[in-house]
Amino acid sequence: MLSCREISETATNYMEGALTLRQRAGFRMHLLMCKHCRVYVDQLAKTVELLKLGQINWDTTEPDPRVIESFRDSAGKS
Amino acid sequence: MVLTGAGSRREELALIRALKRGDEKAFRQLVAEQHKSMLAFSRAFLRNPAAAEEAVQETWLAVISGIGRFEERSSLKSWTFAVLANIARTKATRDGRSISFTDLGYGDAAVDPDRFAGDGSWLSPPGRWSEINPERIVGARQLLAHAMAVLETLPPNQRAVVTLRDLEGLSSKETCAILEVSEANQRILLHRGRSRIRAVVEELMGTVQGRL
Repeated sequence: MLSCREISETATNYMEGALTLRQRAGFRMHLLMCKHCRVYVDQLAKTVELLKLGQINWDTTEPDPRVIESFRDSAGKS
Repeated sequence: MVLTGAGSRREELALIRALKRGDEKAFRQLVAEQHKSMLAFSRAFLRNPAAAEEAVQETWLAVISGIGRFEERSSLKSWTFAVLANIARTKATRDGRSISFTDLGYGDAAVDPDRFAGDGSWLSPPGRWSEINPERIVGARQLLAHAMAVLETLPPNQRAVVTLRDLEGLSSKETCAILEVSEANQRILLHRGRSRIRAVVEELMGTVQGRL
């Protein structure tokens, strides 16, 4: 039987589908019986959701003049 | 957002073709969307901000000269990050500062060990984050700002993995290829990085429960 602490260490492997069939079954069995670990796994999943928004919320940037010049130079050549 | 989301493959193909045609607007859009995250990624390799910026600028130049030969079946984002990783890695090695993907931080526990009893069960369990759900999370700007700040403090190898996987949404396969790291090590780094960010968000949410 997996302990809660072991669940906290293998949660990403579980989410990544990287556990063996047997490990996966053990993980799910634990989640069925332990609401704290369900909350934990949910928090980890929400952390990932939160990070996804990080990319979308970056400020946008203008290209460097050197870069845009190089783009113009090569336009049509390739 | 042209480059995000699974349903945007067709838009990505259109963007690649526009770039090949020399469409400046398309290129400006690509830079607008990608530059900041490329810079963040570059800084995982190069601590010096000027060197990190330079690596990204060199990447854009390499993208411009290579786009004509770019094969449309691969992902543009994955390719640009691979080019950047190579450039940044070379610079970092030159400065004697290459980042290690073998030092995985085994010592770090995902959760503070004091929160578990001797048998490994929760002493101080996590509380439900009812206020956060993907639809309403956008309102939680402050939370996001904190998460991004923690990301900056992660060890470079964890930061690189979390950036590619969670911010950029690249697959584990793409991430492993870009960082030249095994899938198993990539997962360990991903777990360490996500765990640290989760712990900070948990503290901010004030949902750590008292001892059972």
